[in-house]
Amino acid sequence: MRYVKADAAKCEGVRACEKICAQTFFKSEDPNLSAIRVTKKGSAYEINVCNQCGQCIAVCPVKALSRNQAGIVMVDKKTCVGCFMCIGFCPTLSMRRAPGQREPFKCVSCGQCVKKCPKGALQMVEADHAGLPA
Amino acid sequence: MSHDYTKRTAYHEKVAELRKAHKVLKEWSFTPSLPERGYTNRTLFVNLTTLEIKEKPVTEQMKDLFVGGRGFGLWYLWQAIKPTTKWNDPENEIIISPGPLGGNTQYPGSGKSLVVSLSPTTGIPIDSNVGGYFGPLMKFSGFDALEITGKARNDVIIVIDGQIGKVYIEEAPQEDVNSHAAAEQFTHMYAKDHDDLRNVSVVASGRGAEHALIGCLNFSWFDVRRQATRLKQAGRGGIGTVFRDKKLKALVVHAPPVKGDMNRPADFDKVAKVGIKMHKELADFDLKQCNMRRQGTAHLVEIMDNYDLLPVHNFQYGNHPDTKKIASWIWDKRFTQGIPDGCWYGCSMQCSKGADGHVVKTGPYKGHIVTVDGPEYETAAGCAANCGIFDPDWLLEANFYCDTYGIDTISFGTACAFVMECYQRGILNKERTGGLELTWGNAEAQLELLHQMARGEGFGVIVGQGVARMKQIFIEKKYGDPQLIKDIGMEVKGLEYSQYQSKESLAQQGGYALTNKGPQHDEAWLIFMDMVNNQIPSFEDKAEALYYFPLFRTWFGLNGFCKLPWNDIEPPDNHKYPPLEAAKVPEHVQNYCDVFTGITGRPLTKEGLIAMSETVYQFQRVFNIRMGKGRREHDLPPYRSVGPVTREEYESRQERYDKQLKEWMGIDPATKTIDEKIALHRKYREDRYQKLMDAVYKRRGWTADGVPTLETLKRCRIDLPEVVEVVKPYLK
Ligand code: SF4
Ligand code: SF4
Repeated sequence: MRYVKADAAKCEGVRACEKICAQTFFKSEDPNLSAIRVTKKGSAYEINVCNQCGQCIAVCPVKALSRNQAGIVMVDKKTCVGCFMCIGFCPTLSMRRAPGQREPFKCVSCGQCVKKCPKGALQMVEADHAGLPA
Repeated sequence: MSHDYTKRTAYHEKVAELRKAHKVLKEWSFTPSLPERGYTNRTLFVNLTTLEIKEKPVTEQMKDLFVGGRGFGLWYLWQAIKPTTKWNDPENEIIISPGPLGGNTQYPGSGKSLVVSLSPTTGIPIDSNVGGYFGPLMKFSGFDALEITGKARNDVIIVIDGQIGKVYIEEAPQEDVNSHAAAEQFTHMYAKDHDDLRNVSVVASGRGAEHALIGCLNFSWFDVRRQATRLKQAGRGGIGTVFRDKKLKALVVHAPPVKGDMNRPADFDKVAKVGIKMHKELADFDLKQCNMRRQGTAHLVEIMDNYDLLPVHNFQYGNHPDTKKIASWIWDKRFTQGIPDGCWYGCSMQCSKGADGHVVKTGPYKGHIVTVDGPEYETAAGCAANCGIFDPDWLLEANFYCDTYGIDTISFGTACAFVMECYQRGILNKERTGGLELTWGNAEAQLELLHQMARGEGFGVIVGQGVARMKQIFIEKKYGDPQLIKDIGMEVKGLEYSQYQSKESLAQQGGYALTNKGPQHDEAWLIFMDMVNNQIPSFEDKAEALYYFPLFRTWFGLNGFCKLPWNDIEPPDNHKYPPLEAAKVPEHVQNYCDVFTGITGRPLTKEGLIAMSETVYQFQRVFNIRMGKGRREHDLPPYRSVGPVTREEYESRQERYDKQLKEWMGIDPATKTIDEKIALHRKYREDRYQKLMDAVYKRRGWTADGVPTLETLKRCRIDLPEVVEVVKPYLK
């Protein structure tokens, strides 16, 4: 399984990641539509993005969350009943909901943001998801 | 213990064959529709005698005054019956309505159906709040309420198919009557394929409800993890008995797949935002607070025992050394953990725990492997502690059979405890029970009572009549001292008590007996506030609590909510409020206002919420009066719920009672015999209860006889001519 690993110390708030993420999945540059989020904390930045831990999978009442073959946690919108429990129970608060949307969305480890970050704050890493919720 | 949670006995293998035996008596078409801002604006009406099916408009007046859920049920029942109507007359109805907010999937506890009928045990309207998917799925098929009247000749089912816009009444001779099997059979019968199983919900009862008055309804949902039909109960007041009397075997709804916005709310984002906030609160604090997600309400067992509030031996005592055998840590292990257990989508409190892999020990299903839904606290306290049975396996057995036979575990627990005490005191004996030894702790005898109820034979049928009728029967047969029988039979208005000791909390004595439908904990639970924390010391304080909380909780039943996520989880800073405010959980009350506004588009304040409830609450009181049971004389508790009836009870807590003699009455206990002391307590406690009644009636805007005044009816906008007519004779 691969996931986006952030090194917030390198982040300078360019937000290229947010823009490309929103663009890729919602054809918009609205940061509310990005799965990766940058927040300013004093003079530094925090980057929040899903680490594909899969805790949300067990929370979903209808099995709308599952790992795909590559081990990435995916939302099946057709099955989802829009309860948003996965958002409340995500340990890193990385499950998202955009205004007006009746299903949640999340990072699918596509890597666009990693490519776009001019500061090298993001990298794609491989991890073993054996032992994590499936 | 570890159990394979997908392994259980199957009942649905031959559904195609079972379905072939159906005979369609009536087919009716409608245009499926989704609600608009929480309302579909129509009710489905079914007459089982004439086979008439039609839709009725939900009027603006209904929405304005009665809101939905229990309010709609009471309003329809009011129009359908006469003051002389009996529960088994064909004109008695069963009305099911989820309320305008019901079916919301974001806020925890938003999937309740409210069921209203004229109760066999009380003779007045009963309302019962139940989980499972039926109400929401019915709404998403096109109906705010289902109103059933009349009686069928043979066993029938009503099928509402919201995927194709059809309603059917069908004779269904071959399926099981008992709920755990019936729900599974009908679910598989009406789902098109595997993914469609969760779009079906079934309402069923059981064989017990055919012979007992304390029958319940089971509402199902399909649990996609367990691959099982699960059940939640509309337990109180015998609606299952009415259901079987109408020859209903099941109600089936088959709805379009659920999405998060199917109520078509006015402001979806607003609702989603509060919902997510609550999920986060549960994620962060449930484990530190009530642990509902792992243990459900069973987490209360040892807490109640610690505070001397767990009913033991028919409410004689409040704790027992063996409570540890049925305490929360047992259930923590016995319940399957780590899978969602909400009785509707989006309930992150998920108290609907399941004990998988129970191997049935007795009766017709002996040897079957079943998932037992529960036990909840009330079932553990009633069927186990109150009967002196401290064995988790037998508790699961009783829970399973109560549910599948369609018997209310609360009424059964209290009724069983009553006959066990009668047995202890020689009011009953082996001869009178037909050979059953109803000694404390005799689990096998308890189960046999249930099997007798289901078979319609033996002493079980008498127990199934409920405590009020048993009292009459035992007194008529001169089985024992009539006063003692009255004192220890735990019922008011014909409804059995739910499972808390109220002897040391005057407010809770009122919380039980000053209720509309009879003693249950759905209206008010004030014991901690009153007894433990002493926050409502004066009569006026208690009256205020007995005004506010029953009204506040009524609101859940109007809108399709569960009570539990209101205060079985609290924001961590809730203690910033003064104690009496904190007890209301102000932030959560605001959440409810926000969800209401978000869905219906109607603004709502905290005060408006109470006013909304009060209209229906006062109306229900008048309805009781109309049926001959809504006045002062009907609000009196049995003495067992007020103070110590017997010497053993007194002696078991002698220190406490002696101290009270000194402090409350200024009497030196050393100068009195036990019997004198019991009499002194009784006088003092009964007087005190009368004073509480005075204060509560005043606060509720009732006369000294408990009748709502004209000003009250006017203030609550319920001064309709037909309502005023009922109270008029009592206001002269
Ligand atoms: S919002 Fe959808 S994916 Fe998330 S828990 Fe609810 S049903 Fe599952
Ligand atoms: S708290 Fe329990 S009873 Fe209430 S809605 Fe949730 S699962 Fe159902």
